[in-house]
Amino acid sequence: MAWNEPGGSGKGNPKDPWGNNNRGNKNGGGNQPPDIDEVLKQLMDKVNGLFGKKGGGNGNNQGSGGNDGLGGLLIIAAIIGAGLLAFNSFYTLDEQERGVVLRTGQFSSIENPGLHWKIPVVDQVVPVNITKVREAEIKERMLTEDENIVEVELNVQYRVQDPQTFALRVEEPEASLISAAESALRHEVGSTAMDPILTTGRAALAEAVKIRLQDYLDRYQTGIQLTNVNIKDARPPQQVKESFDDVQRAKQDKERFINDAEAYANAIVPEARGRAQRQLEEASAYKERIVARAEGEAARFENLLSEYKKAPQVTRERLYIEAVSEVYTNSSKVLVDVEGGNNMMYLPLDKIIQGMPSSQSKDQMSNSDMSTIADQVINEIRSRQNSTNSVRREGR
Amino acid sequence: MSPKSTILLILIAVVGLVASQSLYVINETERAIKLTFGEVVQADIEPGLHFKTPFVDVVKRFDARVLTLDTNPSRFLTSGKKYVIVDSFAKWRIKDVNAYYKAASGNRLQASNLLANLVNKGLRDEIAARTLHEVVSGERDELMTKLTTALNIETQKELGIEVLDVRVKAIDLPEDLSNSVYNRMSAERGREAREHRSQGKELAEGIQADADRQKTVLEAEAYRDAERTRGEGDAEAARVYASAYNRDPEFYAFTRSLKAYQETFRENDVILMKPDSDFFRYFKNSKGK
Repeated sequence: MAWNEPGGSGKGNPKDPWGNNNRGNKNGGGNQPPDIDEVLKQLMDKVNGLFGKKGGGNGNNQGSGGNDGLGGLLIIAAIIGAGLLAFNSFYTLDEQERGVVLRTGQFSSIENPGLHWKIPVVDQVVPVNITKVREAEIKERMLTEDENIVEVELNVQYRVQDPQTFALRVEEPEASLISAAESALRHEVGSTAMDPILTTGRAALAEAVKIRLQDYLDRYQTGIQLTNVNIKDARPPQQVKESFDDVQRAKQDKERFINDAEAYANAIVPEARGRAQRQLEEASAYKERIVARAEGEAARFENLLSEYKKAPQVTRERLYIEAVSEVYTNSSKVLVDVEGGNNMMYLPLDKIIQGMPSSQSKDQMSNSDMSTIADQVINEIRSRQNSTNSVRREGR
Repeated sequence: MSPKSTILLILIAVVGLVASQSLYVINETERAIKLTFGEVVQADIEPGLHFKTPFVDVVKRFDARVLTLDTNPSRFLTSGKKYVIVDSFAKWRIKDVNAYYKAASGNRLQASNLLANLVNKGLRDEIAARTLHEVVSGERDELMTKLTTALNIETQKELGIEVLDVRVKAIDLPEDLSNSVYNRMSAERGREAREHRSQGKELAEGIQADADRQKTVLEAEAYRDAERTRGEGDAEAARVYASAYNRDPEFYAFTRSLKAYQETFRENDVILMKPDSDFFRYFKNSKGK
């Protein structure tokens, strides 16, 4: 407060409680700041004067002057003190707060938000925020029920429900909360197997911790109400992280193996179905073809037969001669008009064949291109073998 | 200001001094005892405003709230001869101020040490009677309840302390035991990973084999059906041929033979022939004889 402010008040009395002394100082000399020794000396003088007066009655005149100064000082101090007390006896509570009022040390009441007055010195007010949601985090490594080790991160949200017990019943309620939360978490983790903690059981674990922790907090009279308990993370420790990751990879591998196999199945089964369809179509084409041919040929024969029946001799001769002449026309012929087997007859058949232009060209071709044709044939055979092999390999 | 007022002021000062020495306030969070020349004359003083004889009586205040004793982690042996490192805390409060003052002369540190020893001793006994598994899991509640009850009997009588709760914050394994746990965990995970991979291979093999079977069956069935269809064609064709050719088998043989001759001989085949065949009937003789 502003006692040190330069006094400009209407009364003309400076606010400074040492104002009188300063004035006295000014008499002594200069405008310099008051010397502590000087002030003390003057004060001692005045006190001495006071006692002297008490002891010796009216004996000392000097004392009365000092007495006037001291009286004024006391009155000013009393006024200022009273003002301060009055000012300090008003207090406000925020909307979020409740005030725990202690009267001469005893709990008296809980005040709601707003402006309040308290008895100075006698009343003591402890404001407690009851709506703010506070948070605490725990990250610990602990044993599970099946004696594995996991790292669990817990987040606890809470607020003060009972400001009276929060403020008065327990030492360091929030530190108590953390200890209690660690204990509750360990207890519940210690009663649960590792797999549920790491996977699906987190919500259940958090719920169990919440119930247990609230029970502890009530027992310790912390006045704290949990709003939310959340397992933020639960994971295997660093030392075994690699093998846990490998399990995840193995699961992926498993999926991959299955997918690969399904891809394979999806590839070969439809192909086989297609080939089967082709086989069936080909067979049915063959059937159609052979039946049609048979019918055609039969019809032709029957037509011919009916004409033949009308003139068997002539038709038979005609057909025979036409056919044989066609055969002979296209062939090279050697007519051997010799009776009996004459062994001396020499027929240079190779020469005859060579003499023919077309056969000559055929020979030339066989000389020049035989090797290439042979190569082609070998390649063709190989490629077919390969294709059948590859089909068989796929099949395995 | 007159001398009278000065005397008044002095009186006020003296009264204030005496009052400040004889009045005292015990806070809601406190309990106190009053000593007269070192002798306890009033124990368990409730919160509020109280009087005492100035300069003669001494008031000692103690924290009446629930206090926390956080012990240091220490090693305990379980019944399975395994060491565990247990970190515990106890919640306590002063129940009997007089007894508390006598036992620990009101020094909280000293009281905490006494209590910590008792808690440790109790924990050691309880843990020694249990296996590691029992300590870690199921029986923690029971262990703590037993321990708290047993502690209370002792502390209330000797220290004036009520133990509300003893809780284990942490149970950890020593380094070497932790490492063996890690090794076991790794081994278990390794087994699981192998199992997943083998299962994957098993399923994949099954799927592939099934596909192969489907393929083989499809092919075989297609072959069967195709052959059956071809056979039907063959049969039908044979029936058609037979029904036609049966009308004159000899003529059929004749025409078929002629066709076969035409098809058999190709260009440039060399035919050696004797003129006595039917074709050359008129070759040497116009009469055909």
